[in-house]
Amino acid sequence: MKVVKIIAVVLLVAFVGIQFIPTTRNQSNMVPETDFMLVNNVPENIQNKLQVSCYDCHSNNTQYPWYNKVQPVAWFLEDHIKEGKAELNFNEWDSLSSRRKTSKLRSIINQIENGEMPLDSYTLIHRDAKFSEAEAEEIINWVTQLKDSL
Amino acid sequence: MKKLKMSIATMLLLAVSFTNAQEKEKMKMDHKMDHGKMMDMNSDAKAEAILNDYFSLKNALVADDTKKAAQEGAKLVASLKAFDTSSYTKEQQEELADIIEDATEHAEHIAESAIDHQREHFKTLSKDITDMVAITGTKNTLYQQFCPMYDKGSAWLSTNNEIRNPYYGSRMLKCGKVQKTIQ
Repeated sequence: MKVVKIIAVVLLVAFVGIQFIPTTRNQSNMVPETDFMLVNNVPENIQNKLQVSCYDCHSNNTQYPWYNKVQPVAWFLEDHIKEGKAELNFNEWDSLSSRRKTSKLRSIINQIENGEMPLDSYTLIHRDAKFSEAEAEEIINWVTQLKDSL
Repeated sequence: MKKLKMSIATMLLLAVSFTNAQEKEKMKMDHKMDHGKMMDMNSDAKAEAILNDYFSLKNALVADDTKKAAQEGAKLVASLKAFDTSSYTKEQQEELADIIEDATEHAEHIAESAIDHQREHFKTLSKDITDMVAITGTKNTLYQQFCPMYDKGSAWLSTNNEIRNPYYGSRMLKCGKVQKTIQ
């Protein structure tokens, strides 16, 4: 019993302790000129879907959930966002060469087709970020069109 | 007598140092020439190294060998990084930099993905490598081959004109045709 108590106290101290470790927050109220929505003529329904389902991790501005400041959740989010932005940042779209754009669009299509994006760990909480089959198809068709027009 | 000895010694010394200096100069020139030659060979050799890694990767995909393909993908990342484009024109350098950036990303993904993913990335990678060869050239004859079934039609490069399909492997080993011969 004593051992359990000690472990509980250690865990509690550790949990409180890690709350003081700072994380970088991905927030910006400026949309740069290179943004995907600004340089492409994106239909409104697709704009909404991209915003809700992709922009949290693939842009410079995340709409954080309420628990985002609690560790270790904050770390987990920070990591995902960093990785997501390195792979593709919609805010910086127009700074890519046309080869890179084509390549990214192809990856977007593949990822949505295979149901890999948005991530399950993301849609688990953001229920509205999940694509229905029809929505996925609509987005894929539109992105394919954009790719072929480049 | 003593004077004579001294002057002979001095002459000898001078002669030795002149020869030595000359030899050094020659060595320097030889070295320079070697270096010049090596530079040329290096830039070619580095593009060939990229191609070699690409072909090993292709062969691994033909053999349905995910693990090998991942290893070859990682090697390709390294050979792409080692590619020195400084001997090309400014325009070519810009295009090569773009190609290398794109190809590196695909090779990185291939190094850490399952086979379906590896094949998806291999498609775009093949386009990048084909564009690279258009600039760098190659000492071997290459065949651009094409499979009309995979992802609405997909191409790849091979050193052999016989079809061995990297997109389907054993499922459809001989699906495709030679589209173009690159020399």
